[in-house]
Amino acid sequence: MLAYLIRRLINAVITLLVVTAVTFGIFFLVPKATGSDPALLYIGKTSDAASVEGIRVKMGLDDPIVVQYGKFLKGLVAGRDYANGPDVQHCPAPCLGYSFKTDQEVTPLLLGDLPVTLSLALGAAVLWLIMGISTGVISALRRGSIIDRTVMTGALAGVSLPIYFTGLLSSAIFVYWLGWLPQGNYVPFTESPGDWFIQLLLPWITLAFLFAATYARLTRANMLETLGEDYVRTARAKGLRERTVIGKHALRSGLTPIVTVFGLDLGALLGGAVLTETVFNLRGLGYQALTAIRGNDLPIILGVTLIAAAFIVFANLIVDLVYGIIDPRVRLA
Amino acid sequence: MSLGPEASIKDDTTTPTADAADDRTGDKAITGRSLKQIAWRRLKKDKVAIAGGIVVIFLIVVAILAPVLSKWFGHPIDEYHIDQIDPTFSTPIGKLGGISREFLFGVEPTSGRDVFSRILYGAQTSLSVAFLSAFVSTLIGTVFGLAAGFLGGWVDTVISRIMDFLLAFPQLLFAIALVSVLPDSFLGLGDRWSRVGVLVGVIGFFGWPYIGRIVRGQTLSLREREFVEASRSMGARSGRILFKELLPNLAAPILVYATLIIPTNILTEAALSFLGVGIPPPNPSWGGMLSDAVTFYSIDPMYMIIPGGMIFITVLAFNLFGDGLRDALDPKAR
Repeated sequence: MLAYLIRRLINAVITLLVVTAVTFGIFFLVPKATGSDPALLYIGKTSDAASVEGIRVKMGLDDPIVVQYGKFLKGLVAGRDYANGPDVQHCPAPCLGYSFKTDQEVTPLLLGDLPVTLSLALGAAVLWLIMGISTGVISALRRGSIIDRTVMTGALAGVSLPIYFTGLLSSAIFVYWLGWLPQGNYVPFTESPGDWFIQLLLPWITLAFLFAATYARLTRANMLETLGEDYVRTARAKGLRERTVIGKHALRSGLTPIVTVFGLDLGALLGGAVLTETVFNLRGLGYQALTAIRGNDLPIILGVTLIAAAFIVFANLIVDLVYGIIDPRVRLA
Repeated sequence: MSLGPEASIKDDTTTPTADAADDRTGDKAITGRSLKQIAWRRLKKDKVAIAGGIVVIFLIVVAILAPVLSKWFGHPIDEYHIDQIDPTFSTPIGKLGGISREFLFGVEPTSGRDVFSRILYGAQTSLSVAFLSAFVSTLIGTVFGLAAGFLGGWVDTVISRIMDFLLAFPQLLFAIALVSVLPDSFLGLGDRWSRVGVLVGVIGFFGWPYIGRIVRGQTLSLREREFVEASRSMGARSGRILFKELLPNLAAPILVYATLIIPTNILTEAALSFLGVGIPPPNPSWGGMLSDAVTFYSIDPMYMIIPGGMIFITVLAFNLFGDGLRDALDPKAR
């Protein structure tokens, strides 16, 4: 078990290294090929040649790409000093560098955006698990009924609807037409839990609806398969109550595949729900990433990609560990 | 999933399947049917899937005939109709976003361009990106999946690793990043078709592991089956086994998953255009129209509902057809 864990952790670290290396490569090589200068991006086009050169030395933008990547990794683990003669800037670990545009330190900047993305993703996740699994189970138990058909039609519509449409549509209806929800922006939980809740309600519901659709389909399919298994028949033959058969025997193995998908989905969302954040104007990691990409702000892009990949990789790891606990047939080795 | 030799032996003893029994109700003599015929029979019975298929064909025809249709029923995509716009609110004059006999889907806020024509041309871009990138994913996925499953050993390890890695990647983020650093026009193509090329490359590339995984898994189980062994014992080369024995048996799953990634690709293309890194304006795209609609949806919701509705209908139709195709080709998936 311990050996397995260590091997998985090493794998996770390697994956993250490759992700950063690839991101680094793309954002350094492609601008080079198209002829734009990172130092110019950093300081702005109006500056004189001397200060551009100063920045280039300070940020180490003239080093070979491998050296730059090495320095980036060192900064991540041990912190880093940017120096050009007497002009020294210290960036404590984990250092992701400084924004090209605003000269802000990237790590605290991204940590500041994290609560928004966390609130959005976790709130939506709770909702979609409840909605998706309950409707999926009911559909499977009442197979062919009107409830089943309604739920499955709704779910099929749900998987075909993009958030950038449902988001606009739902705010057009609930905010502007019916006026049930106020216009406005994200309010931190620490400032006012009530406003935080009200402002996130629509993003949560909209996002959760799309995921719930997938989960309902998946849960139904899994449950139907499990209900046909011999051990469910055995459980019934033992004279167990239907509630025990479903709740204790069928649900457990019927829901294990959901865990895998859930881990991946949540991991991906935590790294920045770009579309949802854009539609609802939430200033989270995804929004930050999009702004950075539009402005060619490499350190921020690199930072968000790294965080996003880390969430996905660790979500995967946790899923595999949890899987071993809920499904005794899975042996970790 | 590997069935193993026992499963194959059992297969031979259970020939009269439920479907065969259904089909034999008439007095006709029993004739052998190919998988294609069986699948087609099943598909024809699935009314929902057929409806999806008809919508898909309709959309394809509309996309191909976009220049003609916009000439007959619409206006040029870049023609401004300021007279259709209310100067104080810059929204269309008239109800429902200016829908009229003249402008079937209304006009765009501010500029007054014909939404109908822009939707038609949007269908063209959307469908070409979706189909071509599905083709790219299928091609790469099949080649690598076959190689991994058939050759095994270190080739399998490397390819599987790459697939796992790509699936554990912040894909949308990366697609946005890639699309925004790649050049706007190349190969002498206009900016519209160059962008289509870039989108096809990026979306196609990120899609291949899904197909690759399935092809690998199927190849692994087929490789151990008797007919492959028989072919090998008769002295067939690897090339023959790959293309004559394995590939025809993989055709069904490949077709199904290629069909099912098309709707995903449509959504991705629209998402990228919505975020402003897809098809560049003034070229029409559904995602781009939705992105323009963000400013106006509170006062002119029709301009958001039309492109959004088109995306929904298209994706739904592909999903319905794809699901039906899967059920028809693989009865176990029911």
